Amino acid sequence: MTAEARKIQHLYHRAGFGPEIANFADQKKPLADHRRRLFADSQAKPERLSVVSENDLRAAAVLKMAALGDEEDKKEMVKDIVRRGRELNLLWLDQMAGTKAVLREKMTLFWHGHFACRVLNAFFVQNQNNTLRSLALGKFGDLLMAVSKDAAMLNFLNNKQNKKNSPNENFAREVMELFTLGRGHYTERDVKEAARAFTGWNFDQEGQFVFRRFQHDAGEKTFRGKTGNFTGEDVLQMILNDRQTARFITRKIYRYFVNEQVDEALVEELSKSFYESEYDIGQLLATVFAADWFYDPKNMGCQIKAPVTYLTGLRRQFGATLTDKEPLLFAQKLLGQVVFYPPNVAGWPGGKSWIDSSTIVTRTLLPSVLFRDADLPMEAKDDGDVNTEFLARSNFKLMKASANWAGFVTAFGGKPETETAAALAHFLLQCDLSSTNARLVLQNADRTSNEALIRSLAINIASLPEYQLC
Amino acid sequence: MISRRSFLQQSSLAVAGSLLVPAFLKSLEAQALAPDDKILVIIQLSGGNDGLNTVIPFADDLYYKARPGLAVEPAKVLRLNDHQGLHPAMEQLQSLYKDGLMTVFNSVGYPNPDRSHFRSMDIWQTASNADEYKTTGWLGRYLDASCTRQCQPHEAIEVDDTLSLALKGELVKGIALQDPKKLYANVHSPIFEKVAQAKPTEAAHENVAYLYKTIAETSSSADYIYEKSKIQASKAAYPASQLAKRLKTVASLINSGVASRVYYVSMSGFDTHVRQEAQQSRLLKEYADGVAAFVRDLQQQKRMDQVMILTFSEFGRRVGQNASNGTDHGTANNLLVINGKLRKPGFFNAAPNLADLDDGDLKFQLDFRNLYATLLRKWLQADPGTVLGRNFDLVDFV
Repeated sequence: MTAEARKIQHLYHRAGFGPEIANFADQKKPLADHRRRLFADSQAKPERLSVVSENDLRAAAVLKMAALGDEEDKKEMVKDIVRRGRELNLLWLDQMAGTKAVLREKMTLFWHGHFACRVLNAFFVQNQNNTLRSLALGKFGDLLMAVSKDAAMLNFLNNKQNKKNSPNENFAREVMELFTLGRGHYTERDVKEAARAFTGWNFDQEGQFVFRRFQHDAGEKTFRGKTGNFTGEDVLQMILNDRQTARFITRKIYRYFVNEQVDEALVEELSKSFYESEYDIGQLLATVFAADWFYDPKNMGCQIKAPVTYLTGLRRQFGATLTDKEPLLFAQKLLGQVVFYPPNVAGWPGGKSWIDSSTIVTRTLLPSVLFRDADLPMEAKDDGDVNTEFLARSNFKLMKASANWAGFVTAFGGKPETETAAALAHFLLQCDLSSTNARLVLQNADRTSNEALIRSLAINIASLPEYQLC
Repeated sequence: MISRRSFLQQSSLAVAGSLLVPAFLKSLEAQALAPDDKILVIIQLSGGNDGLNTVIPFADDLYYKARPGLAVEPAKVLRLNDHQGLHPAMEQLQSLYKDGLMTVFNSVGYPNPDRSHFRSMDIWQTASNADEYKTTGWLGRYLDASCTRQCQPHEAIEVDDTLSLALKGELVKGIALQDPKKLYANVHSPIFEKVAQAKPTEAAHENVAYLYKTIAETSSSADYIYEKSKIQASKAAYPASQLAKRLKTVASLINSGVASRVYYVSMSGFDTHVRQEAQQSRLLKEYADGVAAFVRDLQQQKRMDQVMILTFSEFGRRVGQNASNGTDHGTANNLLVINGKLRKPGFFNAAPNLADLDDGDLKFQLDFRNLYATLLRKWLQADPGTVLGRNFDLVDFV
């Protein structure tokens, strides 16, 4: 494997969910071609997730009836919402595994962790996710404004309760602490004054933003040293005018796409051009993926895959078809990341926190379970919330998949055993294999046929600690 | 921070250790608990247990007024004192109370309570303020703070298949196991055994070292716990519930002298919005019967002075019932502590004041972190300030 090939794979791991057999075959094309294609593939009109149709006013009716309806109706409606939430989760996982617009999808996942939000109404959740996707590579200011006027977020952060005579600071605080400036870059006074500016920001039953003029405090506010009759929009613009916001977002993008160990000088430089570009996210990413330092060995193969990235990567790299999708919910739960159910508004902490004794056992055994009909008796914890207990039901016994072994044979077969193993390791891992591991991978391999050999080698490699990294 | 080199050294040592079980066990034996080392068992009731129908203020008319379809009539309440008593399903717990083994804390909570399950549970598990997000748990940070030498995951054990945030520290994370045999079988499956022999390259990144270290420690802790647990598996009779089964596992590990001072068990189903009584009474019976069997087992082994059992839920429920004969999410709640040598068996503080509510919810009288701080200092001999991030007044019950 050439150094160039590893860089190409690095690009697919970070800008997407890992390379596929097809990318492997394309390795002779220069890196720049792959990069151009990644961006081009994400330029198309974003694919929207839809489990509740736009015209379906059921969601509105659901809310109305939940307020008025009788017990049985209410129960049925909650069930329906939960069912749709579950469908939405699986739909998104399928889209990650199948879409050509991988960069857009990866960025949507990034923003889902950044603007972490958790509400029951599947219609609101769906709308928010589609908003994140459509603006994922655009201007951060547009994204911030859209999320700030999004029903799911306003609901989650209690802005419905934020009224002129009884301000609720939750939204105002999180916007600054987690979405833009970061802790330590605003004062308690700023929170109070910003909360006043956001009074009256509300939404209707169809999830449309509504500005309730009579609940809005139009009085004078002093925010970040300036005084005026600021609106919510003014406050967001003032936050964007602060270079610290560019720094905060750039740093987070760097940690997510490049390395958790931050090169502060580099981030400072990137954040300057991000700010000058009026927060052009796509341009920032293009700069990162074109930079030589992005392909520095210290930035490759060093990140622990998030559970959803891990699961999606398995599906893409192996060309896997799942016989039943439901176990994916259970797998997300066991591994510690269920999309649409972030732990809190700060999102998933990531990095080493993904790995503990339980998750490493699950990850080590999962490829065998998936592709070799092995058994893994594991139970997920029921967190006691009647609306999420479905995640704990099911088990790995149902988790079966077929992989594109024919494609693997074409790409890796017809060589001496050790070379096949090495080629597979290059495709599946971003780290070098020690001599011990190269030997272990071949130990007790299934040599009954060429395909059996390739399958057992691939499973052995995907079970290694190195497979948890990209 | 531990350097990559020492990570690697530790992981290769641990791998070697797991291949030579007897010598390895011997080396871990040096870390065994002293006979009087204290042990903390946490029982988490997930879903928000309705505290007012668990420890019932039967002398308060306001309780009956607020819950016309749900209040337990005074004659059925298992009285603990003149004001409060237990739900009728908890006879076994009443007997522990009568034996002076239990302290009830009323109105435990925290400022600006959050009514969402996951957020409030997060707050209890990380011991954070309501407006702060911590990524480590309080017992994990206890491990971080107390491990001057290399700490092993089995020094905090959760009886489950997945590990709760409460037991995850920055440097050390506890270990989760449904039962010692099952974890042992998993780490001795052919693929895991193969992976446990793997080695990183010399130039491997720090995260690679972390993964190898976690695998090695999981293997060695699984072996250690399994071998150790056979020494004195509990022979006592327990009910058939999942909680009882898990507590029996805890008893076996304690009695066998496993070097863990922290155990964590949870039980779910307390989110009783609809037709609460049938569901809650079944759960409370399961809880009371399971805990009583556990306590009697430990008493047999003369361990009850050494073991402290704390039971909590992420929040209590609203004082008034809802229209479905259930209750919705509330705030402050009671918390139970069980041990053989409590300084204040009985009620620690007065019953909740139902005449002084915060928009239909109980006001908290005691921050749960005061209790955590006390347990850390007096029971686990750790510095509460280091673990909790700031100082909380200690409470006089240990």
